[in-house]
Amino acid sequence: MPEALGLQHFLLVGAALFCMGLYCVLTRRNAIGILMGVELVLNAANVNYIAFSRYGVGGVDGQVFSIFVIMLAAAEAAIGLAIVLGIYRRSGSIDVSQMTSLRG
Amino acid sequence: MQGPDLSVAAFLLLSALTLGGGGGVIFSGNIVYSALSLMVSFFGVAGLYVMLEADFVAGVQVLVYVGGVLVLTLFAVMLTHRIEDIKVSNRGVGKLPGLAAALAMFAGLIAALEVAPWKLPAEGVAHESFASTQSIGNALLGRYVLPFEVASIVLLSVLVGAVVLSRKEVAEPRVRDDA
Amino acid sequence: MVDPHHVADVAVHSSQLLRWIPLIPLLGAAVNFLLGTRIQARAGRGGVAAVAIASSLASFVLVVISFFSLLAFDEHSRLVIDTVAPWVHIGSLNVDIGFQFDPLSAVMTLVITGIGSLIHIYSYGYMDEEPAAWRFFALLNLFMFAMLTLVLGDSLLLMFVGWEGVGLCSWALIGFWHQDHVNATAGNKAFIVNRIGDFGFLLGVFLLFWSLDSAGQASMVFRELPALVGGLEGMALWGVPVVTLITLFLFVGATGKSAQIPLFVWLPDAMAGPTPVSALIHAATMVTAGVYMIGRLSFLFAMAPATLEVIAIIAAATAFFAATIGIAQNDIKKVLAYSTVSQLGYMFIAMGVGAWSAGIFHLVTHAFFKACLFLGAGSVIHAMHHEQDMRKMGGLRHYMPRTFWTFLIAAVAIAGVPGTAGFFSKDEILWNAYLHSPALWAMGFLSAGITAFYMFRLVFMTFYGECRADEHTREHLHESSGWMTWPLIILAVGSLFAGFLGVPAALGGSNAFAHFLEPVVGHMEHTGHHSLALEYGLMAASVGIAGLGILLAWLIYVKKVFSAESLARIGGGWPHRVFLNKYYVDELYGATVLRGTMGLSTLFAWFDRTVVDGVVNGSARVTRIGATLSGAFDFRVVDGLVNLTADAIHAFGGVVRRVQTGSLNTYLYVIVVVVAAVLFAGTWK
Repeated sequence: MPEALGLQHFLLVGAALFCMGLYCVLTRRNAIGILMGVELVLNAANVNYIAFSRYGVGGVDGQVFSIFVIMLAAAEAAIGLAIVLGIYRRSGSIDVSQMTSLRG
Repeated sequence: MQGPDLSVAAFLLLSALTLGGGGGVIFSGNIVYSALSLMVSFFGVAGLYVMLEADFVAGVQVLVYVGGVLVLTLFAVMLTHRIEDIKVSNRGVGKLPGLAAALAMFAGLIAALEVAPWKLPAEGVAHESFASTQSIGNALLGRYVLPFEVASIVLLSVLVGAVVLSRKEVAEPRVRDDA
Repeated sequence: MVDPHHVADVAVHSSQLLRWIPLIPLLGAAVNFLLGTRIQARAGRGGVAAVAIASSLASFVLVVISFFSLLAFDEHSRLVIDTVAPWVHIGSLNVDIGFQFDPLSAVMTLVITGIGSLIHIYSYGYMDEEPAAWRFFALLNLFMFAMLTLVLGDSLLLMFVGWEGVGLCSWALIGFWHQDHVNATAGNKAFIVNRIGDFGFLLGVFLLFWSLDSAGQASMVFRELPALVGGLEGMALWGVPVVTLITLFLFVGATGKSAQIPLFVWLPDAMAGPTPVSALIHAATMVTAGVYMIGRLSFLFAMAPATLEVIAIIAAATAFFAATIGIAQNDIKKVLAYSTVSQLGYMFIAMGVGAWSAGIFHLVTHAFFKACLFLGAGSVIHAMHHEQDMRKMGGLRHYMPRTFWTFLIAAVAIAGVPGTAGFFSKDEILWNAYLHSPALWAMGFLSAGITAFYMFRLVFMTFYGECRADEHTREHLHESSGWMTWPLIILAVGSLFAGFLGVPAALGGSNAFAHFLEPVVGHMEHTGHHSLALEYGLMAASVGIAGLGILLAWLIYVKKVFSAESLARIGGGWPHRVFLNKYYVDELYGATVLRGTMGLSTLFAWFDRTVVDGVVNGSARVTRIGATLSGAFDFRVVDGLVNLTADAIHAFGGVVRRVQTGSLNTYLYVIVVVVAAVLFAGTWK
């Protein structure tokens, strides 16, 4: 692109990454696959934050936010995977299409 | 005057890395391949952070995501590897509706991007660089000290929770007759 | 011609004693009703009889005391009142329960309690084989109470209470031996026929009250009525003077109670009861209630000459008619019954011509000799072991001398032999009848002859000649006990001497009786000659015909100059058969009135069964149909609605719950779509 690198480029990347992660969440049957999708989404959000920290106002706040997001993402991944392992131990399967006990 | 802007090239490369890794996550048939593609994506994102003058965050990204989350994911994948990852066809949502939804979301985001009035610095004001690590440290212990402390509690609870969740169910020990 | 006597200005004395005259017999009755079986078990028949006799005598003593205290008052202030309790006070009707004692009441109560007590004593001897003696004596006392209430009551209402009460006791006593169907039926007949008369009586009372109320002020109390009835003069209803209507209705009641044409038919049948009952109720007291009633209301009857004519004619016809039946009867009690009807006719003749005190006088003398005759007949029946057919009797004067002599004296009295009580009273009536109308006198005159004939026929058939009873009965014939014969003697004495109370001026007497009653019943002046010669002549004529009757009976039944059978065949046997069968009156009534009533009741029964029950059943069916419909409605519609609501919610829920797919991907998909939509919406500018 001939113009100078600007905010919208990074935001675009972030949006694309976000949608990829979304697609992964929507279509995966493997529970761990869904969690991976969630990681992608979080990363996309982080990209946004950092981009705004660089190109927008607000100074270092964006980066601080990202750190928190990373931390929470890690925590969530830990718990999520623990749950998945628990489910695997119980029912021998991590196929979400089989986890329909909440069906009305 | 430099040659063609290296930043643009770097950006393109890193973006390709990130988005390619993402594509690999999505389209991989094997869950292990997906995990490794995820790692590539993470590295790409780290590189983007460096471009955006967030070096500390890039380091944290690599440390935590790649070194922690990814490793954890791989552990889980290995522990459950007996399950085959069937192809993407789903009972709930098929490939096409998913794609449609994702594209719709993308379109929406682009539209938002174009329309939203971002609060940008005034034209012509030069961007000041700052030492990110130092600023972050100051912010964490200054303005954001409360979230910081709360975060530590969150991590503690996550620790405990993960341990509890992964504990094997222990049956009640039988009381012996003669004791 | 008629001089009604106003008693409104009589000084009145009050007393607390009078109420005990009827109440003591009531107490006696209560004791015997409630405790009679126990008393009889412990003390035998003597115990229950003692209770009854004591109550009766106590009442008699009180009457005598009251009588003498009445005599002590001045002639024009002989009225004693005992008000016991308030009774009815509704609208213009104000009546209290109260008793009055004046000369008329005195005469009546002396007869009732005196002769009544004698009959109570006699009953002890007569009912010596009766197991239910306690019931008999209780009913006798109850009767005394009712009769005394009738004559002592100070108002028409209280008198009517007694009127009905004696009817009830009469029913109970006629049907005393109710185990035999015939006796029970006789009792019913008496009560029902009396009821018809009572209906007339009530109509009279109502009419009296209503017309008095229209005229101004109404009252039911005797001492107030004479002053008030003057307002009824000139008042007419349906073209007839209202006083005439009232008195006619009241007389209907009298024909029922006192056995005149047309309601006399119950009295001969009433002989089915024990003989003391016949003596007390159907000779001496109850049947005289009609006569008393007219005497008490004489001022009212005096205002209705038309009614008086009717009364006199019916009475004369009854007297003659009943006497003719009497000559052909073979049952000793039936002869006496028809004799009673005939003699009552005489009393009503007297009332019909306005000779009030003459009628009451004959009532008194008749009470004596008729009671004596009945009790004597009872003595005979008792000795003959309840044989009542005279053809099986005969020659009893040798076996039962006391019964014979007392009976003879009473027979002589009823025949009107000079010097006896019957002579004076009957002749006074005939004299007053002649003054009114010779034709009336002629009927009474002829009846007197017939009376003498049938009475002595009875005497000769029973006490003279050969004894026609069978061996067994003849062996057991003996005079009755003292309990039975002493009352006979006392009554015979009365039959002889009671007449001297009313010796007319023509024979040198002062007629104390009429004088005594005058303040109460008044005095009717007569037109026509008061020739002394006429009076003597009539007296001689009636003596003559009485003698003729006795002679005829002597010739037929003692000397057997003519045989009874050949006489019976006179006129083809027809007259005798008619007399014997009582003119077929009962059969006539049966064919007309009874059949009509039964037919009507059948009609009503049909109506009730078909129409009324049909309506009821129909309504029940309608209700059931309604219930079924309502039930179906509830079942189908209401329940249907409820179930429909439930089903609708169920179906809705069934549809809605498909949102819960349980599939994580679906949920996320929905979230994404919605968020995208929101984003679009937000950016759509």
